[in-house]
Amino acid sequence: MFDSLSEKLGGVFSKLRGKGSLSENDVMAVSREIRIALLEADVALPVVKDFIAQIKDKAVGQDVIRGVNPAQQVIKIVHDELVNMLGSEADELKFSSPPSVYLMVGLQGSGKTTSTAKIARMLSEKQKKKVLMASLDVYRPAAQEQLAQLGEQTGVATLDIVEGQKPVDITKRALDTARKEGYDLVMLDTAGRLSIDETMMDEVKAVKKASNPIETLLVADAMTGQDAVQTATAFDEAVGLSGIMLTRVDGDARGGAAMSMKAVTGKPIKLIGVGEKWDEIETFHPDRIAGRILGMGDVVSLVEKAVETVDAEDAQKMAAKFKKGQFDYNDLLTQMQQMSKMGGMGTMMKMMPGLSGMQDKIAEAGLDDSFVKRQEAIIFSMTKEEREKPDLLNAKRKKRIAAGSGTSVQDINKLAKQLKQMQTMMKKMRKMGTGKMMGMMKDLMGGKADEMEMMAQSMDPDALAKDMADIQGSGGALGPNPFAQGGGLPGLGGLGGPDLGSLPTHGGKKKDRKKKKKR
Amino acid sequence: MVFWRKKKNAKEQEEQEREDKIVHPPGEPAIEPSIDEDDPKLDPETEHELEENGSEIIEDLDETPVPKHTAQDDTKEHEDLSDHSEEGGWLSRLTTGLSKSTNKFTQGLTDLVTKKKLDQDMLDELEELLIAADLGPKTAMKVVEDFSQGRFGKDISQEEVQEALADSIAAILKPVALPFNIQKPDNGPFVILMCGVNGAGKTTTIGKLAQNFKDQYGYKVMMAAGDTFRAAAVEQLEVWSKRTNSTLIKKDVGADAASVAFEAYAKAKEEGADVLLIDTAGRLQNKANLMEELAKIIRVLKKQDESLPHEVVLVLDSTTGQNAFSQLETFKEMVHVSGLVVTKLDGSAKGGVLIGLADQFGVPVYAVGVGEAVNDLQPFEPQHYARSLVGLSG
Ligand SMILES: Nc1nc2c(ncn2[C@@H]2O[C@H](COP(=O)(O)OP(=O)(O)O)[C@@H](O)[C@H]2O)c(=O)[nH]1
Ligand SMILES: Nc1nc2c(ncn2[C@@H]2O[C@H](COP(=O)(O)OP(=O)(O)O)[C@@H](O)[C@H]2O)c(=O)[nH]1
Ligand SMILES: [Mg+2]
Ligand SMILES: [Mg+2]
Repeated sequence: MFDSLSEKLGGVFSKLRGKGSLSENDVMAVSREIRIALLEADVALPVVKDFIAQIKDKAVGQDVIRGVNPAQQVIKIVHDELVNMLGSEADELKFSSPPSVYLMVGLQGSGKTTSTAKIARMLSEKQKKKVLMASLDVYRPAAQEQLAQLGEQTGVATLDIVEGQKPVDITKRALDTARKEGYDLVMLDTAGRLSIDETMMDEVKAVKKASNPIETLLVADAMTGQDAVQTATAFDEAVGLSGIMLTRVDGDARGGAAMSMKAVTGKPIKLIGVGEKWDEIETFHPDRIAGRILGMGDVVSLVEKAVETVDAEDAQKMAAKFKKGQFDYNDLLTQMQQMSKMGGMGTMMKMMPGLSGMQDKIAEAGLDDSFVKRQEAIIFSMTKEEREKPDLLNAKRKKRIAAGSGTSVQDINKLAKQLKQMQTMMKKMRKMGTGKMMGMMKDLMGGKADEMEMMAQSMDPDALAKDMADIQGSGGALGPNPFAQGGGLPGLGGLGGPDLGSLPTHGGKKKDRKKKKKR
Repeated sequence: MVFWRKKKNAKEQEEQEREDKIVHPPGEPAIEPSIDEDDPKLDPETEHELEENGSEIIEDLDETPVPKHTAQDDTKEHEDLSDHSEEGGWLSRLTTGLSKSTNKFTQGLTDLVTKKKLDQDMLDELEELLIAADLGPKTAMKVVEDFSQGRFGKDISQEEVQEALADSIAAILKPVALPFNIQKPDNGPFVILMCGVNGAGKTTTIGKLAQNFKDQYGYKVMMAAGDTFRAAAVEQLEVWSKRTNSTLIKKDVGADAASVAFEAYAKAKEEGADVLLIDTAGRLQNKANLMEELAKIIRVLKKQDESLPHEVVLVLDSTTGQNAFSQLETFKEMVHVSGLVVTKLDGSAKGGVLIGLADQFGVPVYAVGVGEAVNDLQPFEPQHYARSLVGLSG
């Protein structure tokens, strides 16, 4: 699922290389795939339709950028448009003359009470606001008690519970208390209600009228399906939303609801909930959700960074090396080091929606960062010939390396097996078209030119020279497709771990890398 | 089905709440669980991610007494019963909910029939209507393909389109529309473990099920407050236990959920309860450690009896889109979900993802939630559901 869209787009576009510009037919051909991808991410149908129309407008007639394949170009357009739609800048919460009132509304179980406590805590902590929380949920059993307990946990004041008081009366009491006791902000947590429940919608209208909130936030679940449109529209019409808080973004839902709600209400997504704890609240980053909706995680932003900082020609040459299926221990080492620079395995996993749950699986399988360290140690214990010519490793050499690195021959065998797999993969990729690899390399090299240099220096100059010669000798017109499959995490290949096929992969090393801007 | 109570009546609401508040007198003697050395020491490594709770298995165990049935209650129940006739069955309730939200759907279908011949455009439109009901692009395509078999190019009326589509959908759902099959073992209660993501409706569904089991079979029901994490989760279940005259077994917040389940089972067995409903904290399926915590509850129960729990019910919010696939898949893999309860079908969401789930997993749908009150739980009726979905009445 991870990069199904890009794979499919790659397929659609494979015949299209070398063309000058994107024709209507080209774009039509991919719009179906984009449509399915968005629908599977739970973007509401009417929103999808509008969006596709927009994309067509944007894409048709665009010049195909040299060195970039059309699939990638269209994905970029889709992604940018998505980011655009989701709202470009983080919208701040507003305040009025004290006491400001925030009204939290939404469906049953969407996370209103938890989010109320999160926001209250955040504002009292970071902005030193004096906050009073009040629960107007007189329906759900123990709902008021829930907020009271959250108040205790977070150290935020809550309005005393008065049995039998109606929501509007509680509202008035909360405002009175706030005025008397000098609170900056009153947060009104309301009962969950269905958008089609007129009685309950009337109730919240009355609360709104009585409290004149500066923020009226719809709290909505990131897992919401097509109903997001109906819910967001109904609440917006009834109470006039000022923004949206998207909850359970820590889950693995693609989060298309965010796009639906933003599209139909025009209201910004101000905050996201990323866990059950009261500090698990974050500001909204349109690009992250966009990548997630497209099923590409942060790969898109990684690629962007890479595109900015990595010289396309260099990357092409690098790809050529892979094309030949030359992948030695030096390359593997580089990959590992790149990965740890990116924050290690765990961070990488986290960046990839849908893979976040695999962190634990990977840890279980013993594939944590210490595992990577061990593998590094093995490579460091090899001679330069051994690193370049993996076939040299015989039983005797393995024993020596094991002793040198404090590992076992078995570990060495495992590593050798992984390298083999990488090589096989490289060869496979040759059939698939080389460009794919390049983008992946770019990902990992993005902004890391100086570190690359340092790394290169730790390697053998002769080997480098040889690499250089190789690189010079090949080349060719390669179109990078950073999203296509074929990569793989170093060292994960043969361990029966999760299929990480689409993670960016890097190999190769260059001593003379210059930091050059593309375009 | 027996009856339900309309909830929007403010006076009654208040009354019920007041009642809820008074039932549990403070200072009730805590019941000491008898724990011997052989009791499973729960592996401490699986703790709720969000809480550092190194709780011991032996902790204060409270039992909420069954409240006395007052004359006032009787009158109230009587009222509830008589109320029912006016409201109609769940079908009408569900239909109201669905039809409010199927307006557009029906509208779309109405547009459809102005064209007479079933052509690709019409099929595309049908597909879109199904997508808008959360079937997902793939399932929608499949349903429409099945539907078009033998009909393509032929003249067809709106009614026929709706009927045929409803039949196609109902046919997919029929195999999974199974009622709870409660077979109380001789040596203890029938144990149902409730699980699901946060806010899906687990606790509420437990309340509704308890009422249902009482009404339908006269069962003695016990509840275990296994959500030891969320604020006031225990209090919430406590209210439901009182509403339904069920016994509640609970421990302190932060206690190990597995130990609550373990002790609740022992207690239920000892007291001759017919059914034990175990509540759990909500958890997102991609959190491996929380899923492991759930698996542990089952492991610990199995130490009492290999056949436990008899049912593992995944509570699914009908508002959920395609993520429901991931939910069912993971929960099924981790804790062998034996059935579903789909909640909030009284809302505007149509829960069409169910159709894909039925097709792919074949897990039974035991009941649907159609409101927040104690009787708002109903058997899943595929024919009716499918008809409502395409804009036909019951
Ligand atoms: N994983 C996760 N759970 C959340 C988040 N926000 C709320 N929850 C959980 O969702 C459930 C329902 O939340 P609650 O605040 O009671 O919802 P309300 O009914 O809308 O007030 C609780 O179990 C919360 O802990 C979130 O961002 N992530
Ligand atoms: N409208 C409606 N609301 C429901 C239904 N089932 C549960 N709820 C509401 O959903 C919210 C979350 O339910 P709860 O049982 O606390 O969910 P849990 O976190 O899974 O235990 C509460 O406000 C319930 O009243 C249903 O079938 N219809
Ligand atoms: Mg609440
Ligand atoms: Mg609960």
